[in-house]
Amino acid sequence: MRRFFSALLAVLFVYIIFQFIQVLPDYGKVDLSKRVSERFVLKNVSEENGKVVFGKSRNLEDGSANIVTSVVVNYRSFDTLGEVTVLFVSALGVGLYLGGFKKLSCKIRVNNILHIGGGIVFPLIMLFGAYIFTHGHLTPGGGFPGGTVIAVSVLLLYISDEKFTVSREKSKLLEGTMGSLYVIVGILGLMIGGFFLFNFMPTGTVGKFFSSGVIPIVYSIIGLKVGSELSGIVTDLFMEEGWK
Amino acid sequence: MNIVILVFGVMMLVAAVFSIETKRIIDSVIGLSVVSLLSVLLFVFMKAPDVAITEASIGAGLVTAVFLISLFRMRGGDES
Repeated sequence: MRRFFSALLAVLFVYIIFQFIQVLPDYGKVDLSKRVSERFVLKNVSEENGKVVFGKSRNLEDGSANIVTSVVVNYRSFDTLGEVTVLFVSALGVGLYLGGFKKLSCKIRVNNILHIGGGIVFPLIMLFGAYIFTHGHLTPGGGFPGGTVIAVSVLLLYISDEKFTVSREKSKLLEGTMGSLYVIVGILGLMIGGFFLFNFMPTGTVGKFFSSGVIPIVYSIIGLKVGSELSGIVTDLFMEEGWK
Repeated sequence: MNIVILVFGVMMLVAAVFSIETKRIIDSVIGLSVVSLLSVLLFVFMKAPDVAITEASIGAGLVTAVFLISLFRMRGGDES
């Protein structure tokens, strides 16, 4: 009986979704001039500056080549501050429940191939994560995926090395410093430009590495914060109660 | 293009139903991991590479590891 009701509920859900899809306009046939997203794409929210040309346009109000990043870290940066706070609260909850100082003994002997291969692959994965968050304004990606890739590399070391642990004090210190630096960047924008999290640095040419003002700085801050936070969650999961 | 999306969607549905219906918990964890791996391919075909990176590292990497570790801790560490 329960199975019948759940199947009925699933069918109802699919029916509602298909009704909603028919209301949506077709892919690529939306009249963008009536929507606010066109102003984000052409980067003329405050003033008109024509078309954006990759590698040529300079000194726009936001010089990021990746449109998703320019919305997430420039126009809607306050939302991102809230997201970072949500992640911090969830890491705090995991730490409250699973705090401990002794590493969980898996009682399985780690294979030699995994042990050596994990040590070789770990710096490459970490470098890839750093690349993702420092190039967030040019290529797809950004602080959240980059930090998660770093946390996955830490998880690989936990699996492949029996004695490896992350120092919890250092990871919490890095996380707290990065969280307060994000707010400090916002307050600097408030002091210089008059708005919280204002892009107060020169934006440069679209498509260059040193461009788009505070966006690379903020995304590096977010990447380091998310990386240390998720590494802390992985550490909490691998620890059991007891002392060192 | 549409055929690829259809095939991957059907495979995702099969993996999701498998992860609900199977008896062992570890099989359902693997089924969920398969669902997120297939959705990574789907995101790449839909031209959203940033979402694909996030889904690959969180859905297929971290969440599976969290489930496996919590399963291991629930059993008291006597079974792999």
